[in-house]
Amino acid sequence: MPLDCRISTGSTTPIYRQLIDQIRLVVLRGRLTPGDRLPSVRSLAQRLVINPNTVARAYGELARDGVIESQQGKGYFVATKRQVYTRAHRRRRLAPLLEALVSEAALLDFSADDVMTALQEKLREYGLEPS
Amino acid sequence: MDDFVIQTKGLSRCFGSRTVVSDLDLAVPRGCIFGFLGRNGSGKTTTIRMLLGLLEPTRGVARVLGEDSRALSETARSRIGYMAEGHPVYDWMRIGECGRFQAACFRSWNESIFRAVLEHFRLGPERRARELSRGERAGLCLALTLAPEPELLILDDPALGLDPVARRSLLEAMIAVTRGKDRTILFSSHLLGDVERVADWIAVLDRGVLRASCTLATFQRRISRFVLAWDGSPPTDTPTLPGLVHVFRDGRELQLTIANVDDRVRAAVGSLGASSVQEVPIGLEDAFIDYLGDRGEKNLLLPDPEATP
Repeated sequence: MPLDCRISTGSTTPIYRQLIDQIRLVVLRGRLTPGDRLPSVRSLAQRLVINPNTVARAYGELARDGVIESQQGKGYFVATKRQVYTRAHRRRRLAPLLEALVSEAALLDFSADDVMTALQEKLREYGLEPS
Repeated sequence: MDDFVIQTKGLSRCFGSRTVVSDLDLAVPRGCIFGFLGRNGSGKTTTIRMLLGLLEPTRGVARVLGEDSRALSETARSRIGYMAEGHPVYDWMRIGECGRFQAACFRSWNESIFRAVLEHFRLGPERRARELSRGERAGLCLALTLAPEPELLILDDPALGLDPVARRSLLEAMIAVTRGKDRTILFSSHLLGDVERVADWIAVLDRGVLRASCTLATFQRRISRFVLAWDGSPPTDTPTLPGLVHVFRDGRELQLTIANVDDRVRAAVGSLGASSVQEVPIGLEDAFIDYLGDRGEKNLLLPDPEATP
């Protein structure tokens, strides 16, 4: 199972958050697909040398967001994508990130076209094409 | 009560007129890895020695595995593994002899664990304890402490003086130990990176007083930092805010570290008259340093709201 997480201590991002971000990215980029099994809490904790509860917490939160699902007695698997949040909730979560992107772009003197191009490139990386 | 392997109530110790540990109420849940933190001389070793019955409390009581620490039964003692500060070994013995000697003191002894830890630290049984480096001695101590498979491990600054590779081995061993359900580790440390990795609970001791006792996640979540900027000059008085633990001035900026932030505190921060207020993330190390720094509230306790014993 190629789940190549990197943990850094001393960061302002807590370890469980680092795990969530990295597993999400792996799933979003299609390196793990629905039905793939994740390492057990124990084995991932042992491999990354972190507390098992930290892994359990990250898995729990990923399951709540519908990224992975637990199958009784068999462990955690990448879930078939389904949206568990309302559109309003999702917009609310996206808003501050958009704000950060645009304000940073303005600060660094990027044109709207530059931003659009960069955004489209990034979207393509995730298999998202504008219609 | 059985959910806590260690519970102290008002535990205190004085040396002469100096109070080294003051009114400590500590509860260590079964099955966790508990990081015991504090600056040098904050009373960690004194507390550990009282827990083990090696030092009489001046006041208060400690219960360890359900028994009074002043009169631990032989059975209780055999369920506790203790690694003293500085990795002391009987230096006239060979490694194999250290093992046989230790094995004789415990009811159970898992020779394969003993050998596996030694191998991990590349230690042969014929080596003399006297000739070991600091890291190797730590490896031997660890092997001696783990082989009886104690239910409760108490490690006093186990990483002291270890190189990064040996330290990682120590952490790996700690994670592996808690594979066994219901096995608890209490360890003291100054290495917050290590603590961040392996601990799920922490206690922070400052000059003998308990300043925090909660899950690591709670500690990280409940300490926040605000950066406030003024167009003119910021007020010279330190703002009065509940939970303020640290203030840092930098030109037109004021950096506030605050514990237990809620909406009321956020509103108070907002009404200080700054032209911009930003809540920025803070790492464990900064949170710890600010929390124990010299400015701000000194009598604040961060308890765990979700899990008060």
